Amino acid sequence: MQLSREALQRAYRQMKVIREFEERLHTEIQTGEIAGFTHLYCGQEAVAVGVCEHLDIDDKIVSTHRGHGHCLAKGCELNGMMAEIWGSREGLCKGKGGSMHIADIDKGMLGANGIVGAGAPIAVGAALSAKIDNKGKVAIAFSGDGACNQGTTFEAMNFAVVTQAPCIFVFENNHYSEHTGVDYAVGTARDIASRAEAFGMKVWRADGTDFFAVHDTMREVLDFVRGGGGPAAVEFDTERFFGHFEGDPQRYRAKGEIERIRESRDCLKNFRISVTGAKLLTDADLDQIDQDVLDSIEAAVVAARAADRPTPEDVLSDVYIAY
Amino acid sequence: MAQMMYRDAVLTTIAEEMERDSSVVVLGEDVVGGMGTPGGPEAIGGIWSTSTGLFDKFGKDRVIDTPISESAIIGAAAGLALAGKRPIAELMFADFIGVSLDQIWNQTAKFRYMFGGKTKCPVVIRMAYGAGYNAAAQHSQSVHQILTGMPGLKVVMPSTPADVKGLLRQAIRDDDPVIFLEHKALYGMSGEVPEGADQIIPFGHARLARAGEDVTIISSGLLLGFCEAVADKLAAEGIGCDVIDLRTTSPLDEEAIIDSVEVTGRVVVVDEAPPRCGLAADICALIAARAFASLKAPPQAVTPPHTPIPFARELESAYLPSVDKIEAAVRHVLGWR
Ligand SMILES: Cc1ncc(C[n+]2csc(CCOP(=O)(O)OP(=O)(O)O)c2C)c(N)n1
Ligand SMILES: [Mg+2]
Repeated sequence: MQLSREALQRAYRQMKVIREFEERLHTEIQTGEIAGFTHLYCGQEAVAVGVCEHLDIDDKIVSTHRGHGHCLAKGCELNGMMAEIWGSREGLCKGKGGSMHIADIDKGMLGANGIVGAGAPIAVGAALSAKIDNKGKVAIAFSGDGACNQGTTFEAMNFAVVTQAPCIFVFENNHYSEHTGVDYAVGTARDIASRAEAFGMKVWRADGTDFFAVHDTMREVLDFVRGGGGPAAVEFDTERFFGHFEGDPQRYRAKGEIERIRESRDCLKNFRISVTGAKLLTDADLDQIDQDVLDSIEAAVVAARAADRPTPEDVLSDVYIAY
Repeated sequence: MAQMMYRDAVLTTIAEEMERDSSVVVLGEDVVGGMGTPGGPEAIGGIWSTSTGLFDKFGKDRVIDTPISESAIIGAAAGLALAGKRPIAELMFADFIGVSLDQIWNQTAKFRYMFGGKTKCPVVIRMAYGAGYNAAAQHSQSVHQILTGMPGLKVVMPSTPADVKGLLRQAIRDDDPVIFLEHKALYGMSGEVPEGADQIIPFGHARLARAGEDVTIISSGLLLGFCEAVADKLAAEGIGCDVIDLRTTSPLDEEAIIDSVEVTGRVVVVDEAPPRCGLAADICALIAARAFASLKAPPQAVTPPHTPIPFARELESAYLPSVDKIEAAVRHVLGWR
């Protein structure tokens, strides 16, 4: 289905926001100003955006440790996220969660997660709630190729099948879990979808670096699940452009691998080539978006730096009692 | 004596024990690092550098890189042990006991007793614990409080490279399951380490890190060093502190605690885990029961508050025990009436 000019611009903008958010963090982290562990989503933007462009605020998603892209795509506010990563009191989680725990429940974003594999069962619960409410809403569990090896993920898939929960398991296969290759760690290497299929789910597979492939696939998946077809799974083949975490020496990569994937598997570059080639948008249209995005990221960083810091008393709030 | 970092003490002890005993096996996530990648095995060699080179030396049957499956890692370690091996399982972060708790608690810990003594269960479960890196609520926790409460487990918290050596060697040779807690902030600590393959520290024997007669400070792991700093500061004022490094929280060296408190009558227990039903409360109860008559002041605990661990720098430092907080508690008991 042909997307409108507005829809194309929006999708590009969303992907670009994620890209520049992460590129900027990559730079900022070098200075030591940002605390904690940060896992960047660069390279995988087409998945988050291709999935979330189909969702509305009442659909839920559950994310991972590599959560910034999912959060932004689901509508978490840019400044609130930046402030959270800066550990500010004005952050989405008041500086208590940080990069690995960004959540915005009102936006249907049920949390990034520091525990690999913890998300899938939570998504099943959200899907069961949607089933009770019976308004055609769904829940999405984002998982990596590493997370697909956790028992929790297996349990969640079977649970969703037997309860016919409207849950979609989105596996982002970026070929690595930390420093380990998918060929070693996943018995059905490069075919995570077949596992989901074995649990009794309908499955799809697509190129996760191609926005249009993701978006078209997700339309089918969502029609199926919203239509009461039960849970489903999708495996997207994708790439992570940075290290597992910031500071990762990445000695497990092939020589020239990063240059190669940045050259040929960049969802933003490929999007630009397709839409300008098909004369749907011009380079000038896209350049304008690029500039707007860079300005908004700059503004978010400036705001995060200036934002209120938490105070020691804040440690004791948001918990039922403090001893 | 050799100068060695805490993390190297872990690595060399494992290597020496693997050399000595072919039943010793290592398993965990990224303990080889690089498996199935263009860079190949040992491209990274474990995220804490505590298993670097083991794969090349001992091969893939004894150095097992696992998928992200903590429940199966601990379960497999238990099975290896029941079948006669001496597994050393690594949980990358102590927080991941959450994923593997049944295998730790209902399986590994209970086999020897539940099976009427018919088996040993020589499993070592190593894990990196502790806060200080703004790693937030799921990557910063101190879990000894939970695990010490589980009958059947021994729990070790070394505070120096020398203690890593002696205690890890004991852990590997021990016939019971041992939780071996390595503080992230200590991995880079350098210290003198006695040489010799028989340098063993038996469990349940605390170390007197500083000696004094005015107050007893009890701790373990990272915070032990904070307590030493307080003791050194007070020594300059003529105040003497006994600083007791518990080394193992199970078994607990009750005698060392009671003997010291009987002399000083004043005690501060310092712990990085949450306060409720925890180590500090446990030790204060022990002292109340066994050294009541010697007490000159109510025992004080310095712990974090009963909250999850917050992310932001300001919040995490407000959360954690510090040298200042320990000093204040010590002055409080010293000033009591
Ligand atoms: C239960 C648990 N085990 C291990 C880790 C450490 N860890 C964090 S991310 C990660 C790799 C995850 O790989 P994958 O699911 O493929 O996600 P990706 O990092 O590629 O996005 C590991 C092992 C963790 N956070 N939680
Ligand atoms: Mg991955």
